[in-house]
Amino acid sequence: MLKNHKAVITGKKSWGNDYFLFSLETPVIARESKPGQFLMVKITDNPYPLLRRPFSIHARNRQNIEIFFQNTGVGTSMLSQKQRGDEIEILGPLGNGFPIEKKYESKKASLVGGGRGAAPLYFLACELVKKNINVTVFYGGKSSKDLPIASKFKKENIRTLCSTEDGSSGSKGLITDLFETELKTDIPSLIYACGPEGMLKTLSKLSKTYQIPAELSLESMMGCGFGACWGCVKKIKKGNTAEWHKVCEDGPVFSAGDIIWD
Amino acid sequence: MRTVLFFLQEISYGIDIKMVDISIDLGFLKLKNPVIAASGTFGYGFEFSPFIDLNQIGGFVVKGLYLSPKQGNPPPRLAETACGLMNSIGLQGIGVERFSKEVLPQLKALRSAVIINICGDSNEEYARIAEYLDKYKEISAYELNISCPNVKKGGICPAQNPDDTYEIVKLVKKSCSTPVITKLSPNVTDISEIALSAEEGGSDAVSLVNTFLAMGIDPETRKPKLGNVFGGLSGPAIKPIALRMVYQAANAVQIPVIGIGGISSGRDAIEFIIAGAKAVQVGTANFTAPDSTLKIIDEITAFCKEKKIKRLQDLSGTVDFNPQM
Repeated sequence: MLKNHKAVITGKKSWGNDYFLFSLETPVIARESKPGQFLMVKITDNPYPLLRRPFSIHARNRQNIEIFFQNTGVGTSMLSQKQRGDEIEILGPLGNGFPIEKKYESKKASLVGGGRGAAPLYFLACELVKKNINVTVFYGGKSSKDLPIASKFKKENIRTLCSTEDGSSGSKGLITDLFETELKTDIPSLIYACGPEGMLKTLSKLSKTYQIPAELSLESMMGCGFGACWGCVKKIKKGNTAEWHKVCEDGPVFSAGDIIWD
Repeated sequence: MRTVLFFLQEISYGIDIKMVDISIDLGFLKLKNPVIAASGTFGYGFEFSPFIDLNQIGGFVVKGLYLSPKQGNPPPRLAETACGLMNSIGLQGIGVERFSKEVLPQLKALRSAVIINICGDSNEEYARIAEYLDKYKEISAYELNISCPNVKKGGICPAQNPDDTYEIVKLVKKSCSTPVITKLSPNVTDISEIALSAEEGGSDAVSLVNTFLAMGIDPETRKPKLGNVFGGLSGPAIKPIALRMVYQAANAVQIPVIGIGGISSGRDAIEFIIAGAKAVQVGTANFTAPDSTLKIIDEITAFCKEKKIKRLQDLSGTVDFNPQM
């Protein structure tokens, strides 16, 4: 039975007032989580902000999970003020996560993350490495301060290529530009990605052009996170028909070829 | 000696619990407690079974059903506002046939009331759904969502006009034997008038309020926050207005009133009951915490114990207008 878990913040790291990493002690969620799944985090017991906020699972060990988030509004700002020792309520793990198929073992995967969208890719990269999949991470942001978790990938000896829009770190330009340049010499067996919609759209095109399957994690505002409100829908192709599918329950990860962009 | 005392305390505590009766008799339907999960916030019911034992709540109203599957509105479908939520889901759903084949069998063994929310583009569509589902004995009641735009009447919804409300209730009542609850819209000038029309049409109860028509704009982009431009506002933000309307409706009609609007605690529920509601529906709170209904039931029981209220039903419509001491 899925539960409304209470988790203690056991660690907190921040990068200025923009990016935060929380460790949460919650053994059940830690045990059950798969990369790409997410949590609904209750911000406050008061009615403002009213809704929980969805966060992907950034990392896990036996007892703890981590969430990595950017301060972008009322909810994340309030959450960022919580301290080590505080208790928060979380629902999870929710959603389907990234498919890790056996047929890709011993092959090459490219993980593309934009900004805070890189959050679930760390958990994914660690799991792929365990399965002997050769991982390259493409991590892009606006500026060098938007790449706070680059060092985490490098620490795991994962090949990590960075780009920034202002050129302050890595190559200058969008992460999809860097990714496309790499494609000219090195074609992966599959692409996993999470990030802004523009980035995911470009990756969908590249996936089609280069005939590389891509699994994309979509972001959407969510009311409940478990399929009851139908608020988080995106247009997804199934067979010959395209319908509004719930990002929380049917996703958040969808195959690039099935996503109908506006 | 200490053990004996402890034992005695246990017993008196036990008696205390038994003395609080929070069951509700709506006449056409008996509920084990007054808490019903509201339509559109509880999926088809089974979405909540990973979190709560559905048998413990008074009942639940499934997501609004049209005759055919419905696609719903383009996203964004949700926008948050201070203490509230705006939605323009557009009643996306699987339609009556799939519902009766795929969902109803899953709800058959439940001991809580299963209420089916009926929608339609025309009065006839409501009647056809009511007729189609009438044979399913696991259905405790229908709830008519009369806030759907009527295609034949230029998109005006029946809830906004007393004659249209009367007409649709009368037609549905004629086509089925299942009890009918009419869900009223707050987007009207005089709620008493509409509640009376529903009663005159033969409705067994009224539930109110549905969401308030609302809008949000992103100042950065100047775009509406909702894909459908307008949406329905729900959550704690609407509670005082909903309470006022429930009070007015309860004073206008003899049939039971079910109170809805921003209820997220036992005390919120009690307010609606004191205002005149017999039962309540919990909506948006189901998103904030999927076990909100159970928490509210516990809080209602605790409140009754604290105030020594033996029968919750007796609290209905007991606003005290005496000057405060």
